[in-house]
Amino acid sequence: MKRQHMTVVIVGHVDHGKSTVIGRLLADTGSLPEGKLEQVKATCARNAKPFEYAFLLDALKDERSQGITIDTARCFFTTAKREYIILDAPGHIEFLKNMVTGASRAETAILVIDAKQGIQENSRRHGMVVSMIGVKRIIVLVNKMDLVHFDADAFERVKAEYGRFLHEIDVQPIAFIPVSAFYGENLIAASAKMPWYKGRPLLEELDTLTVKEQPVNLPFRLPVHDIYKFTENNDDRRIIAGTIETGKIKAGDAVTFYPSGKKSHVKSIEEFNAPARRTAQSGESVGFTLTDELYLKPGEIMALAADLPPQTSVRFKANIFWVGHAPLVEDKTYKLKLGTAQVPVKLVAIVRILDARDLSSTASQKSVNRHDVATCILETTRPIAYDLAQDIETLSRFVIVDHFEITGGGIIIEALSEGASTLHDHVSAREKQWVSGPVSAAERTLAYGHKGKFIVITGSDAAQNSTIARLLEKELFRHACKAYYLNMANLNSGLGAESGEVPDTAEEEIRLLGELGRVLTDAGQILITDLNRHDAYDIEKLKALLQPFEVFIIQAGPHTTDARLTITSTETPTEAVARICRLLKDDAILMDYNL
Amino acid sequence: MDSLQKLEAHSVYILREAYRSFKSLCMLWSIGKDSTVLLWLARKAFFSHVPIPLVHIDTHFKIPEMITYRDALARQWHLNMIYGENTAAIDAKQTFPDGNIERLQCCKFLKSEALRHTLSGEWPRYRLNHTSGNYEPDTNREPYTGVIVGVRADEEGSRSKERYFSPRDKYSEWNIGDQPPEFWNQFKTDFAPGTHVRIHPLLDWTELNIWEYIEREKIPMTSLYYDQGDGRRYRSLGCYPCTTPVASTARTPADIIKELKTGKFANIAERAGRAQDKEDAGGLETLRREGYM
Ligand SMILES: Nc1nc2c(ncn2[C@@H]2O[C@H](COP(=O)(O)OP(=O)(O)O)[C@@H](O)[C@H]2O)c(=O)[nH]1
Repeated sequence: MKRQHMTVVIVGHVDHGKSTVIGRLLADTGSLPEGKLEQVKATCARNAKPFEYAFLLDALKDERSQGITIDTARCFFTTAKREYIILDAPGHIEFLKNMVTGASRAETAILVIDAKQGIQENSRRHGMVVSMIGVKRIIVLVNKMDLVHFDADAFERVKAEYGRFLHEIDVQPIAFIPVSAFYGENLIAASAKMPWYKGRPLLEELDTLTVKEQPVNLPFRLPVHDIYKFTENNDDRRIIAGTIETGKIKAGDAVTFYPSGKKSHVKSIEEFNAPARRTAQSGESVGFTLTDELYLKPGEIMALAADLPPQTSVRFKANIFWVGHAPLVEDKTYKLKLGTAQVPVKLVAIVRILDARDLSSTASQKSVNRHDVATCILETTRPIAYDLAQDIETLSRFVIVDHFEITGGGIIIEALSEGASTLHDHVSAREKQWVSGPVSAAERTLAYGHKGKFIVITGSDAAQNSTIARLLEKELFRHACKAYYLNMANLNSGLGAESGEVPDTAEEEIRLLGELGRVLTDAGQILITDLNRHDAYDIEKLKALLQPFEVFIIQAGPHTTDARLTITSTETPTEAVARICRLLKDDAILMDYNL
Repeated sequence: MDSLQKLEAHSVYILREAYRSFKSLCMLWSIGKDSTVLLWLARKAFFSHVPIPLVHIDTHFKIPEMITYRDALARQWHLNMIYGENTAAIDAKQTFPDGNIERLQCCKFLKSEALRHTLSGEWPRYRLNHTSGNYEPDTNREPYTGVIVGVRADEEGSRSKERYFSPRDKYSEWNIGDQPPEFWNQFKTDFAPGTHVRIHPLLDWTELNIWEYIEREKIPMTSLYYDQGDGRRYRSLGCYPCTTPVASTARTPADIIKELKTGKFANIAERAGRAQDKEDAGGLETLRREGYM
């Protein structure tokens, strides 16, 4: 028999009765350790304190001293139907991040509203965040019905008002249930005190929900977690490992990786201590071998070549919630984690900030503050692959890291074109403001016998790149060229040393190199450097940064970008350098009399 | 997928995330059922390999079968096996079994402190040399910045507040009031120098899940968990002076599952046989905050 379990999160404004609901559910389903309830009741009696179900849940000293539930505790209870895991989420505003932590694992949310106090700020905020986090099934408990004399009208008023709010944020609640948690009315069994209520009590409502099935009918998506090659015991498998988010796949299928666009076929599905198999599907953490030895990085998304591809872009619109102490601001680099990808990201613009009080938007705000829910435009420094929330929700989800801490989360709702990226904005602004000296480029060329040029030697073999780059410097210098070889390490320990904590060093390197390359090319120098851990996108970026000049790219080895020259593995460094020099002459970078 | 498959897939994901994020990573292996399941899950995650060193804290009072079993598996599975200990306290007989200190103080010396200093690299680490079969001082004294631990949320109160990725400061302190958020499958994998992160892939597993998985995967366990004919078995393993077996005739994982399902232990805490848990309500939590698992 397959045993199911369902994770439930309980949210709502502080003091509206979340802990009481949980305590009562545990007690009435017989899920408490024997004597526990009596023990807590006795302690309360001894201290002349009224008994509270919250005390039951206060397993931690810390929590007792603070008097508020500060974290996502897990409780378990079982009904005839299934096993439930309840995540107790706090109502205090300070602890939204814990609530979200709980909600992100839940399949169902129970939102508690005090019938007497009515809807409060966090009733709305929690409803909004819970739905953004992906919990689409919400049961609303209108609690403390005893305080309003079990009055049907009081219940209907809350139901109508909160129902309107949920409708505005596009959430269809499963049910509104009038309860009195403290007295156990309508939790486990139908309440005799509220005969006017014709719906199910809470537990029955929960039991009728079906556990979410793994989404096998969506397109196949596997965020590449890692690429393993463990050689121990002569294992020669090169395994692409990951957890399948959606869809299914079989050995032999043609696959494409995004954003790189690399293609291959699945050779085998790998698993330890399991019978060999030809298919795998969503939810499984498996591994694949491919028919080709692709150079892949963690963070790419593997999709079926035949399926709809995921989105790829650097700019997108997203709904986010922010829990960082420092606000989310423009002109600051954060780290974005989406699926298994990690890239630097910046806030480009705030579209609107949803005010939990009345859901009106305020576009004037320049930053997203702690506990704000907002729609924003974000831009990563390199393209990432994702899906839109309305297509494949799990692959639209990301978090933002600020100074080692996760400070926000969100879902992508729209892909934006790359046309107007911040890089291009930056370069055109820089060029507009560029101030040249009295010596012209033509005069310099005449005096030096060559034009300024930035030569990049790239390829996967670092040693080969560096040998060629150094030899080229020597050869050009021998012919009286103003040639200079720049090692990337010098750049990082020099100019780059002050950059401090940078989310992605490769990114920062390219930026420095691009700016420096632009200056030195203008100065009439031939600048030579070798890059080996950078990919096609980095090179594209370097090209953009070098404008109005062009980068002279020399590719060593098999991987081809749009290189000016490709060096084969059979060529000696001397031969390669000779070919480079000839080409520089053909391109009229070196004047004839020079070589 | 059934619950066990889902739990397995999630734990595997966490292990891979840890392996990817931490350069200096280790996994604690107490030889008990939970951390042995964790070790098995690592073999799942890394396709039969275990590319993470396993650290065991030897109190010198462990039930002898535990150590025999540890070394047998270490050899069989080619594990990078490391142990650490509080040599000074053991040599000076500053222990509870020697009658010189209180029980919890003993846990603190032989476990918490041994663990903390072994992880930081301040105290020697002994590593199994697979060729000679002996443990030799490990040359790697780098502090471990990621430590994988097999705790479960259902074990007892204080553990139910954990995160999958839970940061500790320089002093291994655990700040329960201010834990990082964990949205979806995104965990705290960025950490400031000097801090380290505890990683808990088994947080969502229950005692029953553990035994069902042991049964399904046929994971070899130490025989201490099974009745050897005298009607007793251990439900939780620790140091022999402080651990007592429970009355049970369960001889196989299947028997244990049946036993757990009939509710035989429904109202008895799993660690009830562990004396230190009873000392005082907050004692274990204090120990935990200091780094004890
Ligand atoms: N009269 C009445 N009081 C309740 C009911 N449910 C909860 N309370 C009380 O409301 C207060 C706050 O409840 P608690 O569960 O701690 O709220 P939380 O902050 O949302 O977890 C406590 O004093 C409870 O005893 C109820 O159904 N009726």
